[in-house]
Amino acid sequence: MIHVEELTKVYQMGESEVRALDGASFTIQNGEMVAIMGPSGSGKSTLMSIIGCLDVPSSGRYTLDDVSVENMDETRLADVRGRKIGFVFQQFNLLARTSALENVKLPLTYAGISGRQRDERAMKALERVGLGQRTHHAPNELSGGQQQRVAIARAIVNEPAILLADEPTGALDSKTGVEIMDLFQSLHRDTGQTVILVTHDSYVARHTERIIKLSDGRIISDEKNPNPIKAGAPRMEA
Amino acid sequence: MKRIQTPSKPVRRGWKRRAGRAPRPRPRNMLFSENLKIALRALRANKMRSVLTILGIVIGVATVVALLSIGEGATASITSQIQSGGSNLLTISPGRMQAGPAALSGGSQQASHLYYADYQLLDRALTTNISDIVPVYQASYTVKFGSESFSAPTVGVMEAHKEVRSFEMADGRFITEGDNKSQTLVAVLGSSVAEDLFGELSPIGKIISINGLKFQVVGVLEAKGSSIGSPDENIFIPIETGYNKLFGESAVYNGRKTVNNILVSVTDEKNMDTVSATVEYMLRRSHELKTSDELDFNVMNQSDTLETLNTVTQTLTIFLGAIAGISLLVGGIGIMNIMLVSVTERTKEIGLRKAVGATKNQILTQLLIETFTLSLLCGVVGILLGVGIALAFSVSGLISSVITANSILLAFFFALIIGIFFGLYPAFRAANLHPMVALRYE
Repeated sequence: MIHVEELTKVYQMGESEVRALDGASFTIQNGEMVAIMGPSGSGKSTLMSIIGCLDVPSSGRYTLDDVSVENMDETRLADVRGRKIGFVFQQFNLLARTSALENVKLPLTYAGISGRQRDERAMKALERVGLGQRTHHAPNELSGGQQQRVAIARAIVNEPAILLADEPTGALDSKTGVEIMDLFQSLHRDTGQTVILVTHDSYVARHTERIIKLSDGRIISDEKNPNPIKAGAPRMEA
Repeated sequence: MKRIQTPSKPVRRGWKRRAGRAPRPRPRNMLFSENLKIALRALRANKMRSVLTILGIVIGVATVVALLSIGEGATASITSQIQSGGSNLLTISPGRMQAGPAALSGGSQQASHLYYADYQLLDRALTTNISDIVPVYQASYTVKFGSESFSAPTVGVMEAHKEVRSFEMADGRFITEGDNKSQTLVAVLGSSVAEDLFGELSPIGKIISINGLKFQVVGVLEAKGSSIGSPDENIFIPIETGYNKLFGESAVYNGRKTVNNILVSVTDEKNMDTVSATVEYMLRRSHELKTSDELDFNVMNQSDTLETLNTVTQTLTIFLGAIAGISLLVGGIGIMNIMLVSVTERTKEIGLRKAVGATKNQILTQLLIETFTLSLLCGVVGILLGVGIALAFSVSGLISSVITANSILLAFFFALIIGIFFGLYPAFRAANLHPMVALRYE
């Protein structure tokens, strides 16, 4: 469970202060699938990095599974990231010249999991995203969609509480984007994985059950989406 | 028959992990071997960059090893050449021992001389422990044969000179007692002089002109090799002939015949100091020096010469080593440069590693292992290359080289230290990157 209260993040830009986040509060229960939406500069990336324990807020509270993380030092944040958060990025961020399997094993290595277990679990994660046959290909031998699947396998291999995806379809064509959204939905449906999508695209956001909209560092709406678009189903033209 | 599992067998430790998302054990520090694997994988994934990084230091290490080996070899060959000139030789020369700043200030320096009379005195006084004592007078004159003409040091000697300096004849005979007694106009040529004057012709019996005076060539010496004071470039004539017919007034000072050197061949190396002390005592008396006066001559033996030369070659070796050291330093800066580029190039990768749970220390350790491995590789490859170069020089016969463990160890540890030193800064910079900033880096 994620609970944030009055989160602010202030950056010092030379003389002036920039309030990237200005008092955001919400709770996300385990097993929810949520979109955080807003135009660029709305503070959604800052919010994502705080939720993902990549950064700490200037003020406010953040509890993750009943543990307060807002004042943790770097080493403990790294530990929380390794165990509880799985990241998926727009640009995939796979290690070049390194096989899919090795890429997926990376979080397990840092988590101190033993060698044989690492192979088993990485294989399982790759099979889960439908890449069981391409484990030894390097990123440049894979298509964009396949690369993003490897990145998703890497995100779920540690069985994290939260899957945090930053514009996961932003670098993909629309057909591949739909496949990736389908994968997120099935992960959510099958294992009850908490999924948080950060996006500026309302069409992508409408694949989730709840949409939190940000503008100028504040939450301007937080609404349920009772009829999420089912990825793969024919798109309804308005 | 199938064995039945005993009930005492402990429950497998992993069972808890399967019960869903229960807390997983996580060691505080990832194993070093894991970090080593990550670092090696990173190096292997970027072979070209790794090779370029080590190139500078490899060249530096190779230069250090090769230059030190060649310097060592030069010292050894000079030493052996000097020792081949006879190790029991005392050389008496005029002039104060020129050492230290006193020699440079030179205010009270005045020309001092050794006289033929000094030789006669010593010849009478030194009756034991020596096998021979000979005077030498030397001056340069124009030598002519046919159309060939050049200036050569002409040395007035006695018969025993040949034994004292261990000369071997290539052809003919050396100067004899008889030549000196009757002041004959005969000459013995050093090997280079003979070749320059006569080329392929046999010099024996030919008449050459020294300073316009006709001399008959009676012998040619074996080549000794080019070392300091080599006889190859010299012409030898009877010393009495010289005084009476060639040297003229320049060999006379205050009405007394002078000599350049007196050479004493001592029977046993153990007696060098005794003989040397006797010589000093006798000459001090004959030169009428007070006990407070400094000597106006000096007595050198082979080990002194060796010592002097060793200082020179050692300086040379240090100098060469320093040049090589600079190239190592430049190589080190190269490592830093490429590690910095590599860290910048991998900013996103470092951000990602942090995002999936790598701590600052793990990143730092990984990069330090990378530089350490690179430096180690530099050391090994550089040493192999340097030894190869040194051996190539030896085999080609150009310069002899002696490879010592010292030079190898020196180069190796220097490479290691430089590599690690210059790798520290980029590693710290990478470890301190903010993960969010690193992930956004383009």
